[in-house]
Amino acid sequence: MSNAQIEIQLIASLVAIACAIPGTFLVLRKMAMISDAISHSILPGIVIGFFITQDLNSPLLILLAALTGIITVILVEYIQKTGLVKEDTAIGLVFPTLFSIGVILIAKNANDVHLDVDAVLLGELAFAPFDRLMMAGMDVGPKSLWIIGSILIITIGLLFAFFKELKVSTFDAGLASALGFSPVIMHYGLMSVASVTTVGAFDAVGAILVVALMIAPAATAYLLTTDLKKMLTYAISFGVFSAISGYWVAHWLDASIAGSITTMLGLLFFVVYLFAPSKGLIAVIYREKRQRIEVSLLTFLLHLGNHKEEEERHVNHLNEHINWQKVRSKTVLELAIKNNMISIDKNIVSLTKKGKDFTTQAIDYIITNEDAQIEHMKDDFFLFRG
Amino acid sequence: MDLQEYFSLVFTDYTLRTITLGTAILGAVCGMLGSFAVLRKQSLLGDAISHAALPGIAIAFLITGAKDSNVLLIGALVSGLIGTFWIRGIISRTHLKSDTALGLILSIFFGFGMLLLTFIQKQPNANQAGLDKYLFGQAATLVESDVWLMAIVTGACLIVLLLFWKEFKILLFDADYTKTLGFNTKFIDILITVFIVLAIVLGLQTVGVVLMSAMLLAPAAAARQWTNSLGVMVFLAALFGAFAGVFGTAVSASQNNLSTGPVIVIVAGVFVLFSFIFSPSRGLLFKQIRFIKNRRDLQLHKTLAFMYHIAETHDDITHPHAVKILNNFQGFTRGTLQKLVTKNYVILIGNQWSLTQEGFKTAANLYNQQTSNNE
Repeated sequence: MSNAQIEIQLIASLVAIACAIPGTFLVLRKMAMISDAISHSILPGIVIGFFITQDLNSPLLILLAALTGIITVILVEYIQKTGLVKEDTAIGLVFPTLFSIGVILIAKNANDVHLDVDAVLLGELAFAPFDRLMMAGMDVGPKSLWIIGSILIITIGLLFAFFKELKVSTFDAGLASALGFSPVIMHYGLMSVASVTTVGAFDAVGAILVVALMIAPAATAYLLTTDLKKMLTYAISFGVFSAISGYWVAHWLDASIAGSITTMLGLLFFVVYLFAPSKGLIAVIYREKRQRIEVSLLTFLLHLGNHKEEEERHVNHLNEHINWQKVRSKTVLELAIKNNMISIDKNIVSLTKKGKDFTTQAIDYIITNEDAQIEHMKDDFFLFRG
Repeated sequence: MDLQEYFSLVFTDYTLRTITLGTAILGAVCGMLGSFAVLRKQSLLGDAISHAALPGIAIAFLITGAKDSNVLLIGALVSGLIGTFWIRGIISRTHLKSDTALGLILSIFFGFGMLLLTFIQKQPNANQAGLDKYLFGQAATLVESDVWLMAIVTGACLIVLLLFWKEFKILLFDADYTKTLGFNTKFIDILITVFIVLAIVLGLQTVGVVLMSAMLLAPAAAARQWTNSLGVMVFLAALFGAFAGVFGTAVSASQNNLSTGPVIVIVAGVFVLFSFIFSPSRGLLFKQIRFIKNRRDLQLHKTLAFMYHIAETHDDITHPHAVKILNNFQGFTRGTLQKLVTKNYVILIGNQWSLTQEGFKTAANLYNQQTSNNE
């Protein structure tokens, strides 16, 4: 590994961490699309900042561009408050318009300078190590490393200082304001951090990757845990993992680093989406299937409980009577026998004592309709699940 | 070239005519379908789909090796649809919310598309230049066959809209009721989504991935301000979209260095801004005017009610009182008093005022809704 390669991976990992922290809160606050809006609408801010400073890495430019990001948020909220359109429409109107203004500003004024839309949107991480920061004649490392490093330190500092406030205002805005933390300040504070991070990172990795790095690790982590601290840790590790593995994939394919980091994030999400223990697609489908069978079983037992006549309790008759397919009735019957809830004598089905208990309690559940109870009840009665 | 020259050339010059027609048709079809997207609260779906279409374009190019725009559009359509259905899958099967799902699919598909595009650029066959026009769009590359394709899709979309108008409308406003009536809501839902994806994919070449969502939303959001009827809204949105297309093309053609996509979006944005402010029933301007008027009416009523309570204590209700006693009353001005006089509720003699019979009666019935409240 050459020095430049290590530096690129270091920058990518720092960006990933800096994005994952605000990203987690954006995902939890259902404001993920705001990061997309910010990442596009900082363009005019960058362009204007560039005209003033003539330097893509100047702190003034970062501040100006971050300000545009916050203006976007304010504009979206203002439009939403007028009640003329819904929030999502407001977002969808504001950022393309601001982005268009940025594109036109570039086209009109910046033909001869190094600033094009591709660079802003897509970034080029591979060039980041060549733009060195010189301090008193000394080479102290790539500029982007310093920029994103300082943003990360500020973000982490804010996170530790305001973790409790952020947590409360994210999950219970009412309680937060009752306790005296202004939700407005929290909201705009988070938005400012998101804006500054987006701007600081665009030069290295491009605006779109910033969105991916904010949302994807947090969303992936959210599928695995419901604990905020764990979610933050997972999100950060997913981000760093994708950043480093993405770099090597790009190296191997000789393609865009930002693109391949995003692809790694996508793959990671896809795997977790399918296989996450309790919230993944497979787990959800499996659970739904199990619940369907268990509800069928309950219906079946209730039917048995209601009928004393033998012809109503004949195996074949049940088949026709409750209108089930062969396979389904067989699964249900087998499940009931396995759990000792019924006994079959010459094709006549009758409830055992356990079956009767279960049916009685199930009726209680249906009458009181408390969702939490049925799962406990199933745990008590079932030896085997559907 | 200035605007005048543009309009004289638009009917004779092949390129100008093609581009103008193309953007107009695109604007119209986006406006029509955008109305549904906006009303279904799926505004940002357009943004996600347009980004999600990018890998499809790249893969179609990798497979066929040709730059035929129709093949690339099919690729875009397929990948846009995959993106859309994955978004739905995430929302319905996991506890992730729609904004997360949209942002996730948008950025991941786009990043993957970029990976493929840069990969293609490094390939030996140098035939790939021009694929990145789909990023920001280049209306100048439109040719007549593209316009024909757009026209055909617009026609098909119009026919489907008319055919399923009732179904679309009822699904839009009351999905549960639609289901109980026995309509196949899934089918209707998928039909409208497929058409939205189709419109977005068509627009990619002209306005590009990034700005496509505004193309879909802006005309619809503007049209929404002028009417409460779905039919009128769809029609108006199509009109606004077409106008934004023509106007944007005209402006960008009349200046150097202006790409068409952003100009169209800004023109559409101006339409939205104008509608937000000046629409008669919902617009901010008239809303503010109505608000001020209501406040004045209320102050007038309060003054009248205050006078009524004073007059009540006298046997003769027309007994004159000093204007001075009204001075501390909130909302009282010389203007409101004058207004009451012109309405013949109050008689003003020097510094004394007195209620008339009519004024007394109005004041007595002020809050029991027996009089009309249009002061």
